[in-house]
Amino acid sequence: MQVMLILPELVLILTVLVLFAASLKKIKGGGLTGIALVGSFLTLVATVLGGTASGSLFAGAYQLDALSQLIKFLLGGGLFLIFFMCRSLSGIEEEMQNEFFLFLSLSALGLMMMSSAVELLTILVSLEISSYALYIVISFRKGEGRRTEVEAGIKYVLFGAAATGISLFGISYIFGLTHSTYLIDISAQLPKLIHHQPLAVIGMVLMLCSFFYKLAMFPMHAWTPDIYQGASNETTTFIATLPKVGAAALLIRLVSMTGTGVTEFTWVLVVLAVLSMSFGNLAALVQNDIKRLLAYSSIAHAGYMMIGLLSGNQLGMAAVIYYIAGYVLMNLACFVVIYYIAPRGENITFEDLKGLYRRSPILAFTLAAGAFGMAGIPPTVGFTGKFVIFTAALEKGFYGLVVIAMVNAAVSAFYYLKLARAVYCQGEEGELESIKLGIGAKIFGIFLIAAIVFVGIMPQGLLQMADQAVAALL
Amino acid sequence: MHMEKYLILNTLSYPVLSLIMLVPLVGALLSLLIKNETWLKIFGLLVTLVTLVLSLPLYTCFDLHTAKYQFAELRHWFPLLKLHYVVGVDGISVLLVLLTTIIMPFCILCSWNYIKKRMGEFIFVTLVMETAMIGVFISLNTVLFYIFWEAMLIPMFLLIAVWGGARKDYASIKFFLYTLCGSIFLLVAIVALYIKTGTFFIPELMDQPFSFAYQMWIFLACALAFAIKIPMYPLHTWLPAAHVEAPTAGSVILASILLKMGGYGFLRFCLPMAPAATLYCMPYFIALSLISIIFGGYLALGQTDIKKLIAYSSVGHMGFVTLGIFLLNDQGLKGAILQMINHGITTGGLFIMVGMIYERTHSREIADNSALGMMIPIYVTFLGIFCLSSLAFPGTNSFVGEFLVLFGAFKKSVVVGFLAIPGAILAAAYMLRLLQRMVWHDSDGHAHHDSAGDDHGHKLTDLCFREIVMVVVLAVFVFWIGLYPTPLLKVMDASVTHLLHQITAGGTPAPVTPHEGHHALLEIGNWLKQVAAF
Repeated sequence: MQVMLILPELVLILTVLVLFAASLKKIKGGGLTGIALVGSFLTLVATVLGGTASGSLFAGAYQLDALSQLIKFLLGGGLFLIFFMCRSLSGIEEEMQNEFFLFLSLSALGLMMMSSAVELLTILVSLEISSYALYIVISFRKGEGRRTEVEAGIKYVLFGAAATGISLFGISYIFGLTHSTYLIDISAQLPKLIHHQPLAVIGMVLMLCSFFYKLAMFPMHAWTPDIYQGASNETTTFIATLPKVGAAALLIRLVSMTGTGVTEFTWVLVVLAVLSMSFGNLAALVQNDIKRLLAYSSIAHAGYMMIGLLSGNQLGMAAVIYYIAGYVLMNLACFVVIYYIAPRGENITFEDLKGLYRRSPILAFTLAAGAFGMAGIPPTVGFTGKFVIFTAALEKGFYGLVVIAMVNAAVSAFYYLKLARAVYCQGEEGELESIKLGIGAKIFGIFLIAAIVFVGIMPQGLLQMADQAVAALL
Repeated sequence: MHMEKYLILNTLSYPVLSLIMLVPLVGALLSLLIKNETWLKIFGLLVTLVTLVLSLPLYTCFDLHTAKYQFAELRHWFPLLKLHYVVGVDGISVLLVLLTTIIMPFCILCSWNYIKKRMGEFIFVTLVMETAMIGVFISLNTVLFYIFWEAMLIPMFLLIAVWGGARKDYASIKFFLYTLCGSIFLLVAIVALYIKTGTFFIPELMDQPFSFAYQMWIFLACALAFAIKIPMYPLHTWLPAAHVEAPTAGSVILASILLKMGGYGFLRFCLPMAPAATLYCMPYFIALSLISIIFGGYLALGQTDIKKLIAYSSVGHMGFVTLGIFLLNDQGLKGAILQMINHGITTGGLFIMVGMIYERTHSREIADNSALGMMIPIYVTFLGIFCLSSLAFPGTNSFVGEFLVLFGAFKKSVVVGFLAIPGAILAAAYMLRLLQRMVWHDSDGHAHHDSAGDDHGHKLTDLCFREIVMVVVLAVFVFWIGLYPTPLLKVMDASVTHLLHQITAGGTPAPVTPHEGHHALLEIGNWLKQVAAF
């Protein structure tokens, strides 16, 4: 049955509808959390069941292949983990809690559609679905004055609208050159066009801007620190993880259209990758607010991922999927700590991290695993991801780029070390209030640590899936 | 399978290498369940002792007549990149593995009273450290090697940053970033080698005929990482800071094992994989080694802090190791390897002695610890033994190693030999100065102690049973290697011969050696001129 192909999307739509009904009934507390958790868990199950689906729907605009199904699995898993982690919603306005789950589910739905969309307008529509939901959620933060969160929300809207506008402009060029909005038609002509038609390079770069925006990639990165800082910890957790998964999937589809050769387009991406890494890491060095620090670090990580993308080979593309999956885990490890240290949903600084190992050993270790993972220290998923990405780039001969990236990784180690040092080496004296964690939070922390290490040491399973997913594209 | 021709698969009843690597890790995880401090210490000691016992068959069952990698294990790990989990030891690494397993129980023992806070985490970190260090020495896969090499940074960082002295923040971050920066190019080299050859398997990489230019890149990329680790002048500045601030166990691990990884890296990567580049760079590295020897010794002469003095003496001693390695002859290499073991035992012993006196007088200044001979005779006896060993007194272990290196140096060129001699004299000068001040009464009137106690009002007690056991065992090694080094030399013989064969076969053959010797002198002359001008 054709409809079974989009089972994950259907389950997620159903979840959205149930949450909508619940919001009309003003269901609160445990019941609401239950609905969200069950809905997201069923979505996760549906993505596993639909893992092998393949086919094409809606006149070829919507494609189900190994890539889309793997990304949907990552999205489903990520959504469930985020809902599980934030189930108490301590940083969200009381009357908005229902809508919080509703809009995040809706945004995840848009991202799922994005991973399957193979036609430019479909891509744009799903992109907007995922963005609009987020625009609203950002200003749901609990607080006295609503200034920062509303400011953050408006910034996100303006940047998003600008990015979409630029993308549309780029799409118009690509359409003009290829007379089609279907990726399959475009990819047949693009490798040749991009060699001797500067407009194709310009069109592609402009078109990618929306996804750079989602991924927090230079030059569409400027929103990141303010939105991370202004949005509630729960919302930031979502923004920092899932939209990047969706953006990475789409970038893989779009960049792979240009073929495997090294062209001017590749060199544009090289420059962007270098700027993204260097700017992100240097700016992160001086941050004191942990969420701002993570925002700049995400700009840097977008640069690392871009290295895999611009390599244009199968290994590089597969490595990007592997990296983004690992990045979600490491980011969750950092955000779960932020979330539990700030019971009233406030932003935390290095000051709040001091002596964490005494307040809660599990949270301290979770943060250390996330931080060392992002710094790329083995045996974590962050190291393996960087290793595979760099291998792919060196296969293409980008020696200088890899050296720059490694230098960046060394620079970034400094601020990740600052996190580890604050957690383990400071605040040894004096009374500190210990953090009481429920059994769920403890399991969540241990799960993240185990996943970061295990996926790092045993990368074969995930990387094999990613490899098969991108094999069809190239 | 083609990889197996380099290996002799493990025939013992248990997978010895994987086991000694994993036992400390499992022990570390289990230690999280123990709350009582005394039990934690006993448990940590037990784990390291079990590892030691498990590693003993590596020595007793070692086949002396082959240069292949023994006790090897080969498993699929990551087929997509043709990565295998492959471990094994040859005559060089087996000694370093044994050194690690022997030294680790001392790290727990010397921390018995020294570590006053967070004992559970200390045991955890120390055991994880042991896993990583053994992993580095047994890996036969460049990626596996790199993973352990880097993974070691986190526990070592924590050892310094949590249990360190006053400037622990500075020292720990400097250590971490310095070593991390060194490994940047190592990883690039590892991946570049894979792309060129399609393998991560170290013995296979040694057999590749690379072009000279390619060898130069590989050599320099790897040498940077190892020169920082060992450390070689002018990349040594992290070492004194890290040594002085680290707790005793951290200093012992650093001096005894971590520094050896640099030397091991040269022997495992640079020399066999890039022989022609090694021959080309030899004069420069010999010059840097000589500078390290003299510079380290000279700086040690001026130190007033005992730990700092030993740290700078390590720079000098490691200069002998790199000198021996880059002499590229039989005596030099054997002397270098033996010197690595010796330095592990002697300097480990010295750091343990410093830790003991610090526990008693709460100062590491020589002036505060003078005239101890009357009060704690057992302590100063052993201090004397380790100091004499450190200055390579005949009959002690370092004498054999240093003698071999100097022998190799004179064989290479008389000038190199003569330039290395002042290093040995400097070692005698700073060690005897240290010994004289600490044992006998200092005429400057710095002595604060009398038989009743020191200026803090602490009565100085002589070594207790635990401490005597530690130093006696280390002293036994000092004299055993000093008087009868043949067993160790036999173990490394086949591998060193094989290594030399790899270098002569891979580098440009016959005409190089005489010409190169001449070349070396010129280069050293130039170097010294530059240094003098500087």
